[in-house]
Amino acid sequence: MGIFFFIPLLIVLAVSFASRGTDGGVEWTFSLTNYAHLADPLYFRIYGRSIALALATTALCLLLGFPLAYSIARAPIRWQGIWLLLVMIPFWTNFLVRTYAWMFILRTEGLMNTLLINLGVMTQPIELLYSDWAILIGLVYGYLPFMVLPLYAATERLDLSVVEAAWDLYATGWSVFWRVILPLTKPGVIAGCILVFIPSLGAFITPDLLGGAKTMMVGNLIQHEYLVMRDWPLGSAISFSLMALVLLAVMAYFKTDGRLDRLERGV
Amino acid sequence: MADTSVELRDLVKYHGATLAVDHLSLEVRAGEFFSILGPSGAGKTTTLRLVGGFERPDRGEILVEGRSMQNVPPNLRPVNLVFQTYALFPHMTVFNNVAFGLEMRRIRRAELRSRVSAALDMVKLSDKHSRLPSQLSGGEQQRVALARALVNRPAVVLLDEPLGALDQQLRQEMQLELKAIQKQVGITFICVTHHQEEALTMSDRVAVMNHGRVLQVGSPQEVYESPTSEVVARFIGLSNHLSGRIVTVGGTTCRITSPDIPTTQPLLVRRPPGPMEANRVMLLLRPERLHVSQDAQAGRFDNAVSARIEKVTYTGSEMQYLLRLSDSVLWRARLPNSGARQERFRVGEAVFLCWNADDGVILTE
Repeated sequence: MGIFFFIPLLIVLAVSFASRGTDGGVEWTFSLTNYAHLADPLYFRIYGRSIALALATTALCLLLGFPLAYSIARAPIRWQGIWLLLVMIPFWTNFLVRTYAWMFILRTEGLMNTLLINLGVMTQPIELLYSDWAILIGLVYGYLPFMVLPLYAATERLDLSVVEAAWDLYATGWSVFWRVILPLTKPGVIAGCILVFIPSLGAFITPDLLGGAKTMMVGNLIQHEYLVMRDWPLGSAISFSLMALVLLAVMAYFKTDGRLDRLERGV
Repeated sequence: MADTSVELRDLVKYHGATLAVDHLSLEVRAGEFFSILGPSGAGKTTTLRLVGGFERPDRGEILVEGRSMQNVPPNLRPVNLVFQTYALFPHMTVFNNVAFGLEMRRIRRAELRSRVSAALDMVKLSDKHSRLPSQLSGGEQQRVALARALVNRPAVVLLDEPLGALDQQLRQEMQLELKAIQKQVGITFICVTHHQEEALTMSDRVAVMNHGRVLQVGSPQEVYESPTSEVVARFIGLSNHLSGRIVTVGGTTCRITSPDIPTTQPLLVRRPPGPMEANRVMLLLRPERLHVSQDAQAGRFDNAVSARIEKVTYTGSEMQYLLRLSDSVLWRARLPNSGARQERFRVGEAVFLCWNADDGVILTE
């Protein structure tokens, strides 16, 4: 496992310090110019949009995934398997195909617009496809199962009598959630958020197809550098920085979280 | 009805197709330690959960301090439940666990602190206020669960098998302590247990329950010494029984004979109150009321029957004998281990079992 993970990573790291050859190859002369390029203001909009979209995707997945996972975990055992299967079924179809299906749904004369007009919700079709909304819908759709599965594992282990105890001790539904359910399922929430945030940040198929290639995310930028510009060193530098950033953020989170836990216990 | 704390009126609760609670009515007085005793599956816990508000009755009504609890959710009931598994919040300290209820009711910080401290003092856990539940022993967790309920000063504290998870010795200590705490705070306790000794030791009154119904309600002494049915007698302590017929009826006593044992003369027993219509009866005798002796000791006891010792068990505090009275009748006797003065018997020895008229109870069938 380690070999499969680290060797490609080391290659990417090495390439990021090389420079682009005249024909798009890699020239093994050490330089830091690729990393200097990252600070180009042109790229900042892409970083910002990527982070914003990834955060929005994560938040929406959490919002939709929590009630879903909680109800699955509280359903009768024989139903739980069926619900989980339904959550995972989309994985059996190619992601690209499913994204094309969304194009069909979101098109101006697509399923969604036709439905809304026929229902009398609106009279004019709205431009859904090739917008940030379409990307968001596509990302949430694609990564929701990654949120639901760890949340299910966490809520399934939650002792129901603890929830009842909070209710018994005058807590309203909202307080039961904030003070008891959420803290006790936090590992699942964190795992789900990381599993959704990281791939959304680097997504490129969804923004490419549903965003219409006019709006770029970091994933598209990397793909663009590698495949269109044939600038492997710059692409590698972007990939590597992105990964380092995510890793640092996750580590920083766990560190402060551990400190907060100790603080709460008064140790 | 100022002194009624909880009143259950004709409660019915189905779990799917099974009847968990069957037309149950009970009145619990304010400030008493009330136990619901019964075997597992008797509907005790369901009854408790109905009072707590976690389940809704299919029929009937629950009143707490005269107020109907219909459609009142658990968080608005003046009732707190001590869960069988304690259900402490694993991510909160002992202090925060106990403070939770007060916090939810937005009690001022200063008052909250003093009330939580007082509750922790009462259960002798003041020094462990910053521990997490996982750092406590079972007995300590049980105390936290109790403090977490008491701190709210509810009208009623419900306890679901409160000592069920503790070992024997701790259990006996906690029985007395629970009782003492209840007397100190004066809050009504309703405790569900399948452990008869626990119920008898702690309670002011006991309701014996089976198959969703209440069979008998009374003081521990009443249910133990004057059971009104065989099920109650069997469930509360071990009983020897013998079926027979009444032959003569006197003012306070009657005499019965049984085809199951060879008796020289009819057995003398206390007459139950009320008219005696049926003449088929069941005699119940507690094992600790029997005397085992080499001779019939004529004159000292009202009754004596011959028996043969089948088994002897030494438990330390007492000697337990299994005695055969006839082919179909096998009785138990428990004699305190009073030391050298006591006669010891061996397996196979022929002895007499002796008792007085007042020691037995008869039930008409």
